[in-house]
Amino acid sequence: MSTTPTTFDEAALVAKSQAGDGAAFSELVNRYQNKIYRLAKHITQNDEDAEDVLQEAFLKAYEHLDGFQGNSKFYTWIVRIAVNEALMKLRKRRGDRTVPLDEPLDTGEETVKREIAVWEDNPEQQYSQEEMRGILDEAVQSLKPDFRTVFVLRDIEELSTEETAETLGISVPAVKSRLLRARLALREKLTRKFKRKGEDVFANL
Amino acid sequence: MSLLTCKQFLQELNDYLDPSIDPETKRHLESHVSACPNCFVVVDTTMKTLKVYKGMEPQEVPEDLKNRLWAAVERKMAAKKKKVQT
Repeated sequence: MSTTPTTFDEAALVAKSQAGDGAAFSELVNRYQNKIYRLAKHITQNDEDAEDVLQEAFLKAYEHLDGFQGNSKFYTWIVRIAVNEALMKLRKRRGDRTVPLDEPLDTGEETVKREIAVWEDNPEQQYSQEEMRGILDEAVQSLKPDFRTVFVLRDIEELSTEETAETLGISVPAVKSRLLRARLALREKLTRKFKRKGEDVFANL
Repeated sequence: MSLLTCKQFLQELNDYLDPSIDPETKRHLESHVSACPNCFVVVDTTMKTLKVYKGMEPQEVPEDLKNRLWAAVERKMAAKKKKVQT
């Protein structure tokens, strides 16, 4: 039977895991390890760190399972643990330079005069899945960590604005402004890849 | 309400793309998009950008890494059991 996972069976798996059922916890690991690993790679941009983050996230989740109240989703909870681990790794690698929290939003004229061009129809069909993944990952990696992290949480992991703010310990307006910057930067990068050839008609308007 | 400039519109782009936006704000933003080919393209390609990211399934964790992860979890489980018993 291949039904989509629901909040209900996730809650049941968590309850069983809390009661000491190893198979139930194994199911939770299987369900989320790919997404947690992707998240860890996106934030740390380092395979070794990403593996550590993956392990630490599930080990900490297991260790603190009894304290998990079930008023948030397990997935949101483990994402939060993983993000904290990943940010610690990132800070360590950057030599402990602290990440500035609320950068002002700069939407000067430069934002308006960006690459304006329509895309080819269905660019995802013109590349293999691997090539597409490479293009998308490379674009994300080119973002500054502050913007990258917000984009990954909001638009890839699909956390809410409030959950993202809480996870990163920043304000809701900071999440919104970083998300806007990140989305516009990615749009621009992908436009350079996917724009319809020879039809850059709006560029000089 | 007065017409928005491109700069003002782009600052509201996230709201415009948010399905839970109130209808009046939506209409106000819409009036700019329908009159401005540049912003129309920006909206369209931003939506496509989000779509390609959301449509991308995560890659499988490599098998050896999965095994190491599970071995670490099992060690933790064994340690927890031992703690409960003593």
